[in-house]
Amino acid sequence: MREVAIVGIGLSRWGEVWDASLRSLWTEAALAALADAGVDTVDSITVGCMSPGLFVGQEHLGALLADELGMPGVPATRVESACASGGVALKAAFAEVASGMADIVLASGVEKMTDVSGDECTAALATAADAELEVFHGASFPGLYAMMARAHMERYGTTREQLAMVAVKNHKHGSMNPRAQYRQEITIKDVLRSAKVADPLNVLDCSPITDGAAAVILAELSVARKLAKGRPVVKITGIGHATDAIALHSRPDMTSIPATTKAAQRAFAMAGKGPQDVHFVELHDCFTIAEIVVLESLGLCAPGEGGKQAESGRTALGGALPVNVSGGLKSKGHPVGATGIAQMVELATQLRGQAEKRQVAKARVGLAQNMGGTGASTVVTVVEVAS
Amino acid sequence: MSLNPARVAREFPSRYRLEAAKCAGCGHVAFPARLVCPACRGTKHTAVTLDPAGKVLTFTVIHVPPAEFKGQAPYVLAVVELADGVRVTCQVADVDPAAVKTGMPVSLEFRRIQEDGEAGVIAYGHKAVPA
Amino acid sequence: MSVGIVGYGSYVPRRRIKLPDIARVWGADAESYERGLELHEKSVPARDEDTITMAVTAARRALKRAGIDPLTIGAVYVGSESHPYAVKPSGTVLAEALGATPAVHCADLEFACKAGSEGMFIAASLVKAGEVQHALAVGADTSQGAPGDALEYSAAAGAAAFIFGADKLVATLDAQCSFMTDTPDFWRREYMHYPRHAGRFTGEPAYFKHTLGAAKMLMEKSGTKPADFAFAVFHQPNGKFPMRAGKMLGFTTEQMQQGWLSPWLGNTYSGASPIGLTAILDIAKPGDRILMVSYGSGSGSDGFVWTVTPRIDEVRALAPHTRVLLDTNKIYVDYGTYAKLRGKIRMGE
Repeated sequence: MREVAIVGIGLSRWGEVWDASLRSLWTEAALAALADAGVDTVDSITVGCMSPGLFVGQEHLGALLADELGMPGVPATRVESACASGGVALKAAFAEVASGMADIVLASGVEKMTDVSGDECTAALATAADAELEVFHGASFPGLYAMMARAHMERYGTTREQLAMVAVKNHKHGSMNPRAQYRQEITIKDVLRSAKVADPLNVLDCSPITDGAAAVILAELSVARKLAKGRPVVKITGIGHATDAIALHSRPDMTSIPATTKAAQRAFAMAGKGPQDVHFVELHDCFTIAEIVVLESLGLCAPGEGGKQAESGRTALGGALPVNVSGGLKSKGHPVGATGIAQMVELATQLRGQAEKRQVAKARVGLAQNMGGTGASTVVTVVEVAS
Repeated sequence: MSLNPARVAREFPSRYRLEAAKCAGCGHVAFPARLVCPACRGTKHTAVTLDPAGKVLTFTVIHVPPAEFKGQAPYVLAVVELADGVRVTCQVADVDPAAVKTGMPVSLEFRRIQEDGEAGVIAYGHKAVPA
Repeated sequence: MSVGIVGYGSYVPRRRIKLPDIARVWGADAESYERGLELHEKSVPARDEDTITMAVTAARRALKRAGIDPLTIGAVYVGSESHPYAVKPSGTVLAEALGATPAVHCADLEFACKAGSEGMFIAASLVKAGEVQHALAVGADTSQGAPGDALEYSAAAGAAAFIFGADKLVATLDAQCSFMTDTPDFWRREYMHYPRHAGRFTGEPAYFKHTLGAAKMLMEKSGTKPADFAFAVFHQPNGKFPMRAGKMLGFTTEQMQQGWLSPWLGNTYSGASPIGLTAILDIAKPGDRILMVSYGSGSGSDGFVWTVTPRIDEVRALAPHTRVLLDTNKIYVDYGTYAKLRGKIRMGE
C-alpha cells in the first residue's frame, strides 16, 4: 500500500450561510483546497454528504459537483454514512491513492441544512436512526443521545455539570477559531439553564444546524513532498472504519460505542501506534455526552472516566490531551456530511503549525473520530507529521 | 417519515401482535423478525409472541419532538427490556415524566403511534405503560 | 343450547377532568351539573387512545379471562360512534391485533350509545345459531361534545369487550330483546365534528320510553320481576337517568350501585352499560341474575338477562377489575390540556 499525505485543505464559510447553495458552498471549499495544494486538477473526487435529497432535493452530487468545479469527466462519487459521510469519503479517497488507482484525489464533504424548516431538518437527520424501530416511536437524535447520557450517568456517576463542561470547553476553543459558527464563550450555568431538548440534554448540549463544506487533497507521498513548498508534510498513517446495529437498543451496552472502539483498533494497528501516542484529538461531539463516551471508546481514558476529562482540564488546550481545539461540532458547527473532512482540515492545520491562538504545542500525532447515527458508523483516522 | 399504507401494513405482525423470530440454531429472539439471526447468522426461525412485560433500561423526556409527535410532547421515550431479553425503543405513556425511573416495571399496551395527518392512515403499535 | 359470556374485559383511560374545571371555562354553574345530573368527573382519552386501542386492550383482557385460542373467534363486532375511520373498519385492526384473522366475520356497528350492545346481541345470536364457535363484541367510544354544550360535561371514553360462546360460560344469556322506534333526539350528520341533540326531548320520549320499554319487554319475555335480579345496569348518559329509570321499574339503589359508573366516568356511549356489566361481573356470585338495558339515540334499547355461573370465580382475577381502573391511577388534566388532547385547539397548517 502506498503512503498517503494531505497536500491541500479548504473550508467554505460555515454557519447559516443564507446566500450560498449546496453547490456554491462545496465549490468554495474545493477551490480553497486546490489553491492550498497548488494543483489545478485531480484524478478523482469523493463527496461526503448525508442527505442532499432531503435537504435540497438534489442527488447525483458526484457529477454535479465535478462539473461545478469545471472538471466534468473526472470520476466523482458521493458517499453516505449519515454524519460519518465525510469520514467515509476520506477513506474512499485514501483507498484510491493508497492502491495506486489515483495519485491526487479531492476528498470533500458538504451539507446545506438551512434550506429546509427546522422540522424538516430534524426529519432529515432522523433518517440516520432506525426508521421502523426508533423514529417511528418518536425518537429524535437528542433523545437517543439523552438515553445514552442517562445510562452513563446512572452507571458511572457522571454528572450533569460534567456534560456541561464539555460544551464550555469546546466553546472556549471555538472562541479562538475564526471559522467557528458560535464563537462566544459560555458558562456551566448557561448550559444548565438553556432550554430542555431531551432530558437530561439541553439545547447547549447539542451541536447546531450548520451550512458548510470542507475539502482536502490527498496525494501519494512522493507527490506530496514535491507540493510541500517548505510546509511540514502531513501523512494519514492509519484509517479504520467499523459499523454496528443502527438501533441504540440493539447494543448490549448503551454507555459505549463499539464501532468507535473497533475503528480505533484498526486505525492504530495500521499506524503502528496506540492511544498513548496521540497528542490531540478532533472527535464527534454532536452532543456533550458523545465526547465523554467517545473518549472512553477510543481508549483515551478508562470506561466511566470520560466525564472527568473536561472537568480536570486534561482535554482543554494546554492540557495533556487537547480535544476539539477547533471548537468541535458544538462550537465550530456541524454541517453533517462535511464534519469528517473538516476534522482533517483541523488536524492538518495543527500539524503544519498554522492554528495560531488555538495551536497545540508540539503536535505531531493527531487523531480524528467521525461517526454517524448513535455511532453505528465510525471512521477513525491517525494523522502524523512525516519525518 | 412516510406512512405509506403498504409500509405500515407489513409491520403488523410485530407492531400489532409482538411477533418475533426465534432462531432454530441458537435460540436468539429477534424482534421484529429478520432473515438472518444477528447472534449466529442462522436463517431458520420459528415465530414467537413476546410477553408484553418489561422494565425501563434508560429513558429521556422529549421536549422538542419530531413534527409527527408535536401534540404529544413532553413525552417519555425509553429503551425497554422485555421478559425474554428483547429490547425495544418505545414511549412510556400515561405517566408523569418526573416519576419515571430506570428499572421501572412496565407493560406494553396497544396505542396509536402516528397518523398521516387528518386524512391519511393511522399507524398503531405498542407503548409501555407503568405495570 | 346455552350460550353466554366466556370472557369479559374493560378499558378506562387514566386521564380525568373534573366537572367544575369545564364549567369554569364556560361560566356555567358547576354545582347544578353535579347535583342535577350527578356528574363529578369524566374520563379523557389521550392522543394515543382511540376506539380501536381501547377495544384491543379490553378484548385482550376478555381473551385472558376466556382462555381460548383467538383463532376460534369467528366474528368480531365493534360498536362505536367514534370509529377512527369513517370508512375502514375498527374491527379489522382489532381482529388482526388479537390474531383472530382471517376466518372471521367482522363489522363495525353504529347506533349512538347502543352500538356496543348491538354487537353483543348479534354475537350471542351467531353462537346460538351455531355459525361460529366464539364471537367477540366490543362497545367503545371516545365521544365528543361541542365545547360549552351540555354534552361536554359527560362525553367520555371507555370500552368493554365480551367473548361469547357455548362452553365454559361465566354468565349464561337467558333472554335478549330490542325495543326501537325512529326518535330524532340526538344525531351527528356526515362530516360534522360534534353531535346535535334535542334538549329535553332526549328525556321522556327518548331515553325513558325506550329503556323502560325494553326492560318491561325483557322481563315479560323471561318471566322475571325486579326482585329476581341481584344486579341491574342501564345506559348511563349521566348519573341521574339510570337511577331514575331503574326506580321507575322497581329496582333498588343496591341492585344498581355496582354498575352505576357514570358519576365518576362520564358517558362512555357505546361502552356505558357494557362497562357497567363488567363491573358487576367483577363481584357477582354464581347464580346471580343480572338485567342489562342499553339505550342508543335514534332510538332504541337492547335488553339482556344474564345468570352468573361458578366459572366466574376462576376468571375474574385474570384481568384488571373495572372499579380498579376507574378509581386508581387517575391523571387529572386541566381544561387547556383536555382541549389539546381532544383536538379542540386550532393548530397551524
